[in-house]
Amino acid sequence: MREFLLGNEAIARGAWEAGVKFVSGYPGTPSTEIIETLATRFPETSPRWSANEKVAFEEGMGAAIGGLRVLVTMKHVGLNVAADAFMVFPYAGTNGGFVVISADDPGMHSSQNEQDNRYLARVAKVPVLEPSDAQECHDFVIAAMELSEQFKSPVMLRTTTRLAHHKGLVEIGERKEVEKREFIADAKRFSVPIYRLVRRPEVEKTLTALTAYAETCPFNRVEDSKNKIGVVTSGISYQYVKEIMPDVGILRLGMTFPLPAKMLREFCSRYETVYVIEEGEPFIEEYIRSLGIANVKGKELFGVIGEYSPGRLRKALELGDPSKPFTEGVNLIQRPPMLCVGCGHRTVFAALKQLKVTVSGDIGCYTLGALPPYEAEHTTFCMGASIGVAVGFERAGYDNAVAIIGDSTFIHAGIPPLIDAVYNKSHLTLVILDNSATGMTGSQPHPATGKDALGQPSPKLDLVAMCHASGVEKVEVVDTWQRKEIVNVLRRAIAHRGPAVVIARGSCQQLPEVKKWKIIPFMVDEVLCTQCDACFKVWCPAITRTEQNYPIIAANDCTACTVCAQVCPKDAIRLMEEVDA
Amino acid sequence: MKTYSLMFAGVGGQGSLLIAELTSLAAVGEGFDVKQTEVHGVSQRGGSVETHVRFGDKVHSPVVTPGEADAVIALEKLEALRFAHYVDAKDGTILVNDYELIPGSVANAEKIYPHETIDFLKSKGLRVSALPASKIARELGDGRMANVVLLGALSTLLPISQETWEKTLHFRIPARYLEGNLRAFASGKKVIMENV
Repeated sequence: MREFLLGNEAIARGAWEAGVKFVSGYPGTPSTEIIETLATRFPETSPRWSANEKVAFEEGMGAAIGGLRVLVTMKHVGLNVAADAFMVFPYAGTNGGFVVISADDPGMHSSQNEQDNRYLARVAKVPVLEPSDAQECHDFVIAAMELSEQFKSPVMLRTTTRLAHHKGLVEIGERKEVEKREFIADAKRFSVPIYRLVRRPEVEKTLTALTAYAETCPFNRVEDSKNKIGVVTSGISYQYVKEIMPDVGILRLGMTFPLPAKMLREFCSRYETVYVIEEGEPFIEEYIRSLGIANVKGKELFGVIGEYSPGRLRKALELGDPSKPFTEGVNLIQRPPMLCVGCGHRTVFAALKQLKVTVSGDIGCYTLGALPPYEAEHTTFCMGASIGVAVGFERAGYDNAVAIIGDSTFIHAGIPPLIDAVYNKSHLTLVILDNSATGMTGSQPHPATGKDALGQPSPKLDLVAMCHASGVEKVEVVDTWQRKEIVNVLRRAIAHRGPAVVIARGSCQQLPEVKKWKIIPFMVDEVLCTQCDACFKVWCPAITRTEQNYPIIAANDCTACTVCAQVCPKDAIRLMEEVDA
Repeated sequence: MKTYSLMFAGVGGQGSLLIAELTSLAAVGEGFDVKQTEVHGVSQRGGSVETHVRFGDKVHSPVVTPGEADAVIALEKLEALRFAHYVDAKDGTILVNDYELIPGSVANAEKIYPHETIDFLKSKGLRVSALPASKIARELGDGRMANVVLLGALSTLLPISQETWEKTLHFRIPARYLEGNLRAFASGKKVIMENV
């Protein structure tokens, strides 16, 4: 039977069919839909959102050593967080099949960097499989589980944005239950630091065996041709090559670490010129060149930055460009991303701007606070960095430094730096934007929401108690839509000598349960409105203009957050019922 | 058979992703190989949304190449302008909803909005079919069905049978919206046939 599936849905389906009994991960584009699909369609795989990727990976290690088949999912930068465990796991090796998804984001559609995680796998000495379409996303997960058990090694399945977020037809199968493998206590194997000298040669033995396997791996496939041109390719780039150069010889590498030296030598010797076409860094290309093979061309033509596409490759290969841009000189106004209608972050950024403080930000929708009209977020790097950066700012003489972090990000990587700020006697002011969701990736639950990945009730982390337990004495909770109150609370927190936390609380408007709230929308009473434009400065996407230049609020979009009504000096923005009456 | 390439453009919340998916599912129903891709990420309500659909005997790339689309289906005029270069200038068609959504986050957006988009694209020698899909949908009772009006118009350009389209709508649209959407589909189809 065939289904039309997203790459990520196909991975989820494959994991279910492979008999996976434990899945952990942290939301991150473009990996999120894997666990979402498992949670809604395949709960018997026991999917969960973990506090962060390191925790997810370690839970997965435990489950796999305990004998289950395990899938762990994360985006590319998530693997940085999990790297400590990722690097040491191969020393012990796994018992049950263990596959980690690294979803890389060339083009940085929703990421802070481009990072080709095949290099991380090489450092860890972990084999890498790279599917080329949705069908292979499905098939490779199943194959990766078997490979992992065969070589007792964790396996990385690397996807990229276009692979994870494209749909295609997938031939699906049924679930195959796999018997749990017994865990046999063996300190010499599983207590790596003590027995590291014993384990180290084992890592090389496994790698040697995997390198031999790469030469016969069915996913490394040659499509020979009489053409003088050959192409070595992997991932989604394979599809683009088939599209633009249907007649060339192709070596499609489905396993990109370790690489098959013999196969590459033989293939390259059969063609006059060999193009190496891989999205991201020259991972395959560098290896081919290291073998002394000289008839290759790659990154000097195609580049390392951003996503590939058939159009881009065609230009690079001078195969003719069918597009005729005719909009040169036309003012194509952009639609910059905006905070959603009713988003609770809006008032916090307005307050920070008003208070003219130095703000270190974090990873989430609130990176938009760096853009106009707020321009009230001055640094953003990676998960949890806001707090450490603010502590550093303070030492550099910026006494009014404020860190701003979302609730999920705080739990993910904000707690150790908060403890550190207290311990090292910082005067840090921390704002936790508590919207009860991992908002940016689609409002997934987290430990402070009282719900697990399956939507079942779960013990709820008390953020106030957490901050107190870290040693912060001054913790204030404020309704995020009370714009004046937020300014007052922030002033008090900044003036406080010692660390202070402000929790700006209000649900993410994208949460399904919030969308169901019955609200009475606000509307503009044109009798009272003086067209002063104060409400436009709220920057709410639901407010536009009438032909007579009055503000108008889209009733279907309004969430009744009240912020525009709070700023109106004439009290002209009222509940629809009041205006109609 | 040739591979069809389609580019669906709109503003987040207009439902361009839905009609792209309906087209993909209809193509699957008709027995074609199909691939589809869209850009996720920070594009929330109010941002530009682009979805690529390709179908044929065997499809490799899910990504449409600029200059090769058989049709650009735009739910809004500015988005038609933004993605018009995707259309095959010789044989392709730009189907555009004659409707404007002024970006709320851009200063003076009303003044610099390209109100003359349709004439501009026609002046470049492109085949442009503009239809008042939002108006038609409002007259049918719900302006949000503008996307399906446009889909009805698109259906006249594709090798997919009316029966398959109807089956797909029945499969994908929730029961309480089905009747309205079937009417919206039929209206779009009728309007485009009358214009041609």
